[in-house]
Amino acid sequence: MIEIIDLKKSFADKEILKGITTSFEAGKTNLVIGTSGSGKTVFVKCLVGLLEPTSGTISYDGIDFTALSQREKKSIRTQIGMLFQGSALFDSMTVEENVMFPLNMFTSMTAKEKLSRVNFCLERVNLVGANKKYPAEISGGMMKRVGIARAIVLNPKYLFCDEPNSGLDPQTSLLIDELLSDITHEYKMITIINTHDMNSVMGMGEKIVFLHQGFKEWEGNNQQILDTDNEILYNFIFASDFLKQLRKGAGGAIKKD
Amino acid sequence: MTFLNHFGKYLLMLRDMFTRPENFYMYWKELLRQMNGIGVGSLIIVGVISLFVGAVTALQFAYQLGSTFFPEYLIGYIVRDTMIIELAPTLSGLVLAGKVGSNVAGELGTMRISEQIDALEIMGINPNGYLVLPKISAAVIIIPPLVVLSATLGIFGGYWAAENYGISPTNYQKGLLYLFDPFNVVIMTVKSVIFAFVIASVACYQGFYVKGGALDIGRASTRAVVFGSILVIVFDYIVALVMT
Ligand SMILES: Nc1ncnc2c1ncn2[C@@H]1O[C@H](COP(=O)(O)OP(=O)(O)OP(=O)(O)O)[C@@H](O)[C@H]1O
Ligand SMILES: [Mg+2]
Repeated sequence: MIEIIDLKKSFADKEILKGITTSFEAGKTNLVIGTSGSGKTVFVKCLVGLLEPTSGTISYDGIDFTALSQREKKSIRTQIGMLFQGSALFDSMTVEENVMFPLNMFTSMTAKEKLSRVNFCLERVNLVGANKKYPAEISGGMMKRVGIARAIVLNPKYLFCDEPNSGLDPQTSLLIDELLSDITHEYKMITIINTHDMNSVMGMGEKIVFLHQGFKEWEGNNQQILDTDNEILYNFIFASDFLKQLRKGAGGAIKKD
Repeated sequence: MTFLNHFGKYLLMLRDMFTRPENFYMYWKELLRQMNGIGVGSLIIVGVISLFVGAVTALQFAYQLGSTFFPEYLIGYIVRDTMIIELAPTLSGLVLAGKVGSNVAGELGTMRISEQIDALEIMGINPNGYLVLPKISAAVIIIPPLVVLSATLGIFGGYWAAENYGISPTNYQKGLLYLFDPFNVVIMTVKSVIFAFVIASVACYQGFYVKGGALDIGRASTRAVVFGSILVIVFDYIVALVMT
């Protein structure tokens, strides 16, 4: 379990996260949602230690991550897989080399084993035949998928995905969601996914944390979210009139016109 | 930020390179890749410049000595020593401060901005160790031989120019062997090792800590070249002062 207690983060005098307390369980797909600029990326980067929180504690399975030295953090990090919002693929390496990189660094598998593991992961993100291409030669959506393949190649215990399906078509999006949900359940991973894709929210939101203006505005699951009486959340999920109409028909808690 | 702040951060960057590699083979591969980029990638520019500088040195001295009674073979002697002591290391240093400095700062800056360095860190890899150390080591390993090559080509350039000017090749060769002091080669080597370290480490520092966007990568590259070049000249002076 990852537990976060009163996490705060400021840049200069601007406070982005204003005290967030929540926890993420293993074997569940945990979603962090919020409008663009609400601090989802900052939140996840604090969790993995890329940004130093201003205050608050983060613990991984009981270990206080914020109190660890750089070297001790490294041992937790080898169990972390992360997809960055901008993919962060290594430019100088091909798709195959990118996904193989963690295997090369941290395992003593044979070349053949590594290649078959890489191909397995690339297949799971529905990306075959691009092995020898460089990141500059593939589309943004393809880069995302390579990023996901690289994040899961070592079967991490903790998986962080910053907007895994922004920029993907609905079909591939669904496939990626299914993949993330499957591996989370299969390997009892702690998966944390930033998203503002409502399909993902409804499809795999076993735990949803809604960030708004630096606070945790709401928390629940995809069953509860439809019946929310939180007005800010309501406006966030039913952003379009079309959705509001649908919801009215279904008889939700908040009726607006 | 003040100079001291930067210098402190620079020293920390150097200190943090030295952790146990996560995987020796991967570090070795990266070292070879950098040696190839820095060494092979700079062969042509260093070679061409050295040939011509040697040629020009020979011509200039031949011209200056033309109306005096100095013996012809002095041309070979002068070209040899100026190339070895000063021109080969310093000119190569300046050329490489431009080429390698901008290249390294640009590569690291791009990796920083596009979060590739963060990605390494998340994997549990020490980015200083995996990115900075191989670059600095590659420079220190490959630049001294490049400087030796530069001196050699400069002497050849001088030979060719002197012959065209009408100086007999036998006299030039005699000059090359005249009063040869092996210590000059030591000076050349010391200079080239120091220059290599300065160029690569300054460029790594500029690239590694880039903040902002694509424009800042360009600025970091420029700073790498400017500071690298200035430091090459400063250290050239310091080495000359200490060793001669
Ligand atoms: N390094 C930084 N320095 C200063 N401010 C920052 C920095 N990183 C993020 N911010 C600010 O923090 C706020 C939240 O940014 P963040 O990237 O976390 O948003 P987000 O929820 O991920 O948005 P999106 O959905 O568009 O990705 C923004 O206002 C941004 O300007
Ligand atoms: Mg974001």
